[in-house]
Formats: sequence, C-alpha cells, structure tokens
Amino acid sequence: MAQHQVNYTQDNGLPVALTTIDKVVNWGRSNSLWALTYGLACCGIEMMASGASRYDFDRYGTIFRSSPRQSELMIVAGTLTKKHAEFIKRLYDQMAEPRWVISMGSCANTGGMFNTYATVQGVDRVIPVDLYLPGCAPRPETLQYAVMMLQKKIRAEKAGKAQRPKRLL
Amino acid sequence: MQQPNRLRPFFENITFDREDNEMIVNFGPQHPSAHGQLRLILHLQQEQIVKAHPDVGYLHRGMEKMGENMIYNEFMPTTDRMDYIASSSNNYGFALAVEKLIDVHVPRRAKVIRMMLLEINRLISHLFWLATTALDIGAMTVFLYAFREREYLMDIIEDYCGARLTHAAIRIGGVPLDIPDNFIPDLKDFLDKLPANIKDYEDLLDTNRIWLMRMENVGIIPEEMALSWGCTGPMLRASNVAWDIRKEEPYELYDEVEFEVPYSDKCDNYARYKIYMQEMRESAKILYQTIDMYAETVKNNETELMAHSPQYISAPKLELMTQNYSLMQHFVLVTQGMRPPVGEVYIATESPKGELGFYINSQGGPYPYRLKLRAPSFWHTGILTDLLPGHYIPDVVSIIGTTNIVFGEVDR
Repeated sequence: MAQHQVNYTQDNGLPVALTTIDKVVNWGRSNSLWALTYGLACCGIEMMASGASRYDFDRYGTIFRSSPRQSELMIVAGTLTKKHAEFIKRLYDQMAEPRWVISMGSCANTGGMFNTYATVQGVDRVIPVDLYLPGCAPRPETLQYAVMMLQKKIRAEKAGKAQRPKRLL
Repeated sequence: MQQPNRLRPFFENITFDREDNEMIVNFGPQHPSAHGQLRLILHLQQEQIVKAHPDVGYLHRGMEKMGENMIYNEFMPTTDRMDYIASSSNNYGFALAVEKLIDVHVPRRAKVIRMMLLEINRLISHLFWLATTALDIGAMTVFLYAFREREYLMDIIEDYCGARLTHAAIRIGGVPLDIPDNFIPDLKDFLDKLPANIKDYEDLLDTNRIWLMRMENVGIIPEEMALSWGCTGPMLRASNVAWDIRKEEPYELYDEVEFEVPYSDKCDNYARYKIYMQEMRESAKILYQTIDMYAETVKNNETELMAHSPQYISAPKLELMTQNYSLMQHFVLVTQGMRPPVGEVYIATESPKGELGFYINSQGGPYPYRLKLRAPSFWHTGILTDLLPGHYIPDVVSIIGTTNIVFGEVDR
C-alpha cells in the first residue's frame, strides 16, 4: 500500500517558496494579458497575424477578447479618426483596472503619414499610452517584442497600490 | 434631442425608447466581426431585421485630398493603405492610371513581374477573406490553416519588396527591381501545394452542417439588385453575371494568359464562398503561366524594368551616375515631380474585391487637380441597406463576411 503521508522533516523539507505578494500578482498579471481586439486599420491585420498560426500569441498568455470588461490590454492598431475618437475613450473607460495600452504603428503614435483634417494626431491625445510601437505597419515580431517589454514593465510595478492616474499628453 | 451626457451614450437623430415593438441595436464601429470600423444601426422586430443603416466614415483619412497635395510618385505609398490586404493591386491601379495619362510603354518584363505581384496579392486577399469569414462563423481551424498559407505568400512578397503588408512594389512606368533568385522556386513550391490546401479547406467547410446553415440561402443578391447597387468582383459573379475586367477590358498581359471566370446563379453566401475558392485556383493557373512568361523574357534578354520616358520617369541608375543631363532631369523629377499633360483619365482594374478605379484630372501641374478613388468595398457596404432587412441577427455577421469589405477602402 502506497504511503500517502509525506514526512516533511525527512524529504527535502516543507514545499514552501518564499516570495512577495507583488511578485506573485505581477507574475500573474504579466502572463495573462488579455488584449482587446482593437484593429482599426492596416496594423490590425498584422495584429491578427500575430495571433494566428505562425506568430502564435497564446504563448505569451495574450488572448484577444472582444469585450473591454474582460481585457486589460488595449492594442490600438491603426489610424484613429476624429469620428472614432469618442468610442476609443469610452471603451478605455470600460476596461477594468489595472489596464495598459500599446499604441501600435505610426498612425496611432503620431498620426503618421495621415496629417489631414480627419485623423487624430496620435492616440495619446485621447487615452494614456504605455508603450509606443514604431513601424508602418510593424511586423508581428515587433508586436511580440512590445508585449514582452510591457510584461517587463508590469513586473517592475507595485501590485498592491491602486494605479495612479496616468498622465495624458 | 437626447442630451449628451456622460452616463448615456449619445446618438444623434436616434431615439432608443420607442412606442412600437421595434428595437434599435447599434452594431460597431468596434465590433470584432465587423471587418474594421463598420457601424450598422439595425431596427429589429424580435430577431428579424426590418431596417439597416450602414454608417461609414470611421476610417476616413482624407486620402483623396492628400493626393491633391502630393506629386504623383509621392502618392504611391498612400495607395497601399487603401485596401491593405492586397496593397499591390492599389499600387498597380494608380500606376496604370498615371501611365495612361502620360502615355508610356511599360517593358514586357516589368509587366510580367507586375502580373505575378497582382495574382499573389489576389491569393493573399482571398486566403485572408477565407480566414476571417470562417473565424466569424466559428471555424477557428480554417482561420489558422489559411493564415499559415498566407504567411508563405507574405514571405515571397517580402523577398521581393521587403515589406509584408504595405508593399509599394510597383512604380509609375514599371517596377523598381527584378525578382530575386529564389522567388520563382519558392512560388512554384507554394503553387504545387496550393491545390491540396484548398482541398483541405473545402473538406472542412463544404459539407459542414453549420457552415451550410449559415451560408446557404442567406444573403441572396438577385442579379438586378447586384447590378443596380454597383456590385463588382466576386459579389457580382456570384449573382450570375460573368463579369471580370481582366477579360472584358484586358490590361497588362491578361489577354495572353488563359483562365476561366467562375460565376454562379445561386446568388447566396455559399455561392460567393465557392467563387472565392475557385478564383484561388484560377490565380494559381495564371501564376504558372507568368512563370513561363518570365523565363521567356530571360531567354530573349529583355532586361528593361522601367519605361523609357525622360520627361516623366527617371533614367536607370547607371545612366544617372554617368550622364549629367539624366541626373539633372532626375533631380527635377524628384524635387518638383512629373507634369503630365492636361487631361483626365479613368482606369478600372480588377482588384481582388472588385472594380478598383482611379480617376485623375490633371491640369498640367505636378499635383493632380482631382483624384477620385473608386473602391469596390464602398458599394458593397451600401448594398447592406437592401440586403439585411428580412434576415436574422446572426446572419449579419456571415453576410458582412462574404461581402469582403475592407474599411481602408470604403472610407479612404
């Protein structure tokens, strides 16, 4: 009959790992970044490619969700127009804290090549941005690197405190 | 009028509280299966749509106005961002329109390379269409399969021009580069595998019960309706009109290649799906023929890639480096831009989505006086007004899927 009880004083001690709450929480947060599908234009196609077969985003724990209530990462992929600006603000407000934003591509960063009457010159004029990703359109590898950078950033943050309001440009 | 406040969404001219039994649902502009920034305002009786109003303009970037403030060569990368799933077909449409305006003769090898790029783009676009539509219906496997094949084509394109999505691979008067050494073997490898891949997709979908329920007899566009709404491309061909601009008004070398124009009299979503699949096979057929045509140009030693027209198009690099006058002309062309003669031109090409037309009105200056882009997706969005009433809510997604609209092109 198998012996079910483990004698902790003999077999390598108690199964205990010492760590801080911050580390555990941030480990969880950084490895389960669920992203809101926010494909606005061309970059959205590369965002889809990142989620598809070759660049398999699930490895990072990044799964695209269609609802802002279930997601903590917003990847703004594409040109933000003035007509759309109020919706992005509303969707950002609907996301639960803690939340992060990656601005993907030149259009979302600065308006890019579209310096016209219709486009918002950078998504950071509407919502606060954590990470800017250059390129037109950035390759899927670039987006993967951005997510890794964001994970690094999250791991360095304090987990316990409520997030301070981020500065809007 | 409803007062705009922070707690209740504000919609101009729409009252959501109604006396009759009608419900108004707002769909989009950020909906995962709206293929971009489509906003639909749907009036519902129970689950049935009685009135649909597509609201466009959420990706309007003012491209036509930009074009009026740019020299012709400068506008080329902007055309990439129209139909961003098949960039080269936009590049090509614009280049062809300007070439017609300045009346230059494009060398044969450049034409062959352009045909290759166009058909590769058609394959990329159709594979993407299949992937997203299948995903919307719920067939995740097909999405992953189709994206896998699409990545091979992206690699081939990347070998040629260095970009995955926004190619800018075609210039006014030709192409900038010859194809790299491994291009043709890679393309052949891909094309040899393609029929088996397409069969895989069809095995998964053709007789799939869910797929048939969502596709068959849904979204029927009768012939008159398709014609009166200005449908083109696969949308029109699924409605029993065998119309393909590559056949009707052949441009490039399409009159030298052999291919069929698939069409169907079923008029529903399923017919459109079958047409996309069939068109992929036809594209492969054209690509095989262009590979032979390329080999022929190599044999005949036709190495020219750009048209010779010093007034409008810069001379080859070797000439710029050795001849002073060519360098001077090149400098003027780059800094001031070419000045096409006074006139106007409209050129329509068969992009993967339908008739892509460029209208240019030139007043003899370096900037076009008016640039009008006729994008097929715009008209395919308009038809939703007539098409959706009578259908149920879940059908909206599959109908939007098969119309294959891309919002960079709709709103421009």
